Amino acid sequence: MNSLTNNSPETDGLIRPGSYYGNGIPYLPIDGYPGKIIAIEGTDGVGRSTQIRLLREWLEVQGYGVIETGWTRSELMQPTIELAKASNTLNKLTFVLLYATDFADRLEKEIIPALKAGFIVLSDRYIFTAMARAGVRGVDRTWMRNLYGFAIAPHLVFYLKIDEKALIRRVLQTRGMDFWESGMDMKLGDDIYESFRAYQRSLLREYTSMADEFGFRVLDAKRKVEVIQDELRRQIGAFLADSDASAQPAGASVT
Amino acid sequence: MLNNLTTPHEYPGKLFVVEGIDGSGKTTQLALLAKWLSAAGHSVVLTEWNSSALVKAATKTGKKKNSLTPMTFSLLHATDFADRLLYNIVPPLKAGMIVLADRYAYTAFARDAARGVDRRWVRELYSFAVKPDLAVYFKVPIEVSTDRLMARRVKLKFYEAGLDMGWSSNAIESFRVFQGKVLEEYDRLVEEFGLSVVNAVGSITEQQRTFRKLVSQHLAIEETDEQLDEQLA
Repeated sequence: MNSLTNNSPETDGLIRPGSYYGNGIPYLPIDGYPGKIIAIEGTDGVGRSTQIRLLREWLEVQGYGVIETGWTRSELMQPTIELAKASNTLNKLTFVLLYATDFADRLEKEIIPALKAGFIVLSDRYIFTAMARAGVRGVDRTWMRNLYGFAIAPHLVFYLKIDEKALIRRVLQTRGMDFWESGMDMKLGDDIYESFRAYQRSLLREYTSMADEFGFRVLDAKRKVEVIQDELRRQIGAFLADSDASAQPAGASVT
Repeated sequence: MLNNLTTPHEYPGKLFVVEGIDGSGKTTQLALLAKWLSAAGHSVVLTEWNSSALVKAATKTGKKKNSLTPMTFSLLHATDFADRLLYNIVPPLKAGMIVLADRYAYTAFARDAARGVDRRWVRELYSFAVKPDLAVYFKVPIEVSTDRLMARRVKLKFYEAGLDMGWSSNAIESFRVFQGKVLEEYDRLVEEFGLSVVNAVGSITEQQRTFRKLVSQHLAIEETDEQLDEQLA
């Protein structure tokens, strides 16, 4: 076995994209699967879904098979997560574990089969959202990394970075501040505006602290949608050209 | 690193846990223990594996559609456990009460590993759990547990019988294979976590006597063998 694929989460060793972060799921070996995972990360309101929609279109025009997956979208867990959020009985650990269950369900039912079949998986948020939210709530960092040791390291992670001020304006212009996105469960104060600010500021700090550890490609999300999309396409295009080239057997050329 | 499960807790209450495969008789033993403790004036609360309202809907959906994988099965049970730990286990321990748990993290270690989930991962997953004051493993051979379940005309359920693993399409055969693997895992756990083993083939009364003796070492109940015998006569 390649020693890089079996790094324990405690070490800072480089994890090979497309392999498990930790010991993984022993009954599901994934080595050599041709698909790719491209994750778009960032806090609420940075425009992730718009970028993903445009990317999908662009990739499909080029002939790539694409599937999308997104946070809390699993068939198994979505109703439970909605219900738990509504009833406000979650504590930080059950919060984290419900998300992890949702992720595991999508990993096994959507992501891994798609990788096997050679699809590009566009992931609207990935495990880093869970890690940021847990980090802000004081969940043990090592425990969190062990928990997600069954996750697969994406081939590319783009982090759409935005500052607190710009984020507040965007959220207020669109759907407004909600209970969870304002971290009201953390009881930072009764004022939802102040709570939102404090919570999102801590979240941004968590994302920044993960950038090196997980090799984020950081993009300035304050720019226009088209400018960000062009940058995404340039980087993804270069990556796909490289991997398509290395996927061709030596001596064989497509004419 | 969290290592609650290996470090003694500092709550004034006590946590006693029973473990064992289906049909080992552990639930019967726990009920008898609860009677004894209550009679002696202790405040007792009981908590059961996979009983929280939080994950009920998801577990039900997953089981109905047989769509749970070993990983989601494991994570749902961990979510249930975290919820019960917060609401049903830690508060009574803080209040100085006795918490009796029908199955604990060791059940996850045994079952999830039997389903092929990484052993170390499951242990780390549950590292937030409170270390029990006493964990008793009711050890029984598969033939005995199967006979007991059959005698009660228990209909083996899909996941309980390990039918999700595809080892056999026959429920009883699958149950035997699965429980065999679970037993092997329990054997590892006895050493690793210092579980107290009770031979669960003996008479109910005999087992209860052993169980009460084990428990009384952790309580201010100084009962002699004769007193225990009298109560159980």
